[in-house]
Amino acid sequence: MDLLKILAMFGSGSVFIIVIELIRRGRLKERYSLLWLCASALLLLLSLSRGVLEYLSHALGVYYPPSLLFLLAFLFLLLITLHFSVVLSGLSEKNKKLAQELALLRQELQAALNAQGGRAAERRPER
Amino acid sequence: MTILIIVPAYNEEKSLPGVVQDLRKHAAYADVLVVDDGSCDATARIAAELGVTVLRLPFNLGIGGAMQAGYLYADRQGYDIAVQFDGDGQHKAEEIEKLLQPIVSGSADMAAGSRFLTPGGYQAPLSRKMGMLIFSFLLSRILGTRVTDTTSGFRAANRRVIEYFARFYPEDYPEVETLVLLHKKGDRIIEVPVMMRERAEGRSSITATRSVYYMVKVILAVLVDLFKK
Repeated sequence: MDLLKILAMFGSGSVFIIVIELIRRGRLKERYSLLWLCASALLLLLSLSRGVLEYLSHALGVYYPPSLLFLLAFLFLLLITLHFSVVLSGLSEKNKKLAQELALLRQELQAALNAQGGRAAERRPER
Repeated sequence: MTILIIVPAYNEEKSLPGVVQDLRKHAAYADVLVVDDGSCDATARIAAELGVTVLRLPFNLGIGGAMQAGYLYADRQGYDIAVQFDGDGQHKAEEIEKLLQPIVSGSADMAAGSRFLTPGGYQAPLSRKMGMLIFSFLLSRILGTRVTDTTSGFRAANRRVIEYFARFYPEDYPEVETLVLLHKKGDRIIEVPVMMRERAEGRSSITATRSVYYMVKVILAVLVDLFKK
């Protein structure tokens, strides 16, 4: 077994373990965990056996096997950033809704306090 | 008919008292709502001291988010008409009636005040004028009627539009986009000639360097709106 293979196994193995550990500690939502698990498992598989990549690239007609690896990695990263943009858009929309809802509730509270009689002025929260 | 005047304000502590006074004097028939868009200054406190209703956003949402908060309030309180009125003092309260007329008579769903319909009216700096001309050309094509002042934030909307805006309102530079959205929805938009002041305090949110970026972005947003759903 050559040094490169050991290093590759060590690298992808640690990614796999980090992902599992993050899930175990609840730092990574289950929604994303499957994606990262699959990615790191694939990485591990490719580092274990050089034949898999060579077989795949031969079947697809890619002359230089590592470039298939780059292509897959690039596509994966592209898709995941796109996915994050979608998630971010959704979150910022929800964030906006929450802020507006908070402002409306604040106003309702203030109005209720005012109706109770003048105490609102003292209660006005400091920014 | 109940009327709400929505005044979006971001760091407008200096101009707000004048704006509220103006509204009290010339538009006493309407309720005033100040939307404090996460200001760092005393905008919210001053508005409260002036005795108007205040919505205090916990952080800066930008004009779109702030305006929508106002429409949400108008929707829930059941107002018949909502008027957008800038917090920087460039709009005149005595002009509001001109906006209200087509809404009250039912001849339009939204009325937008235009600075350019009156001769000798507002003169914009050249760089901005170019942009405004391009928008006006584009919007006139899309809407099928002449629109002269697409970026005017001085508007009145009826119940139908209030309900729609409470659910959906564009975020970054909403004035141009809302025209397209309402047109797509089949609402009637009318332009009304109004006079406006030069702003007393603060500067336009659109600086010269940003105006090109602004234009590209708005045109893109308008095209996206046209192709949406």
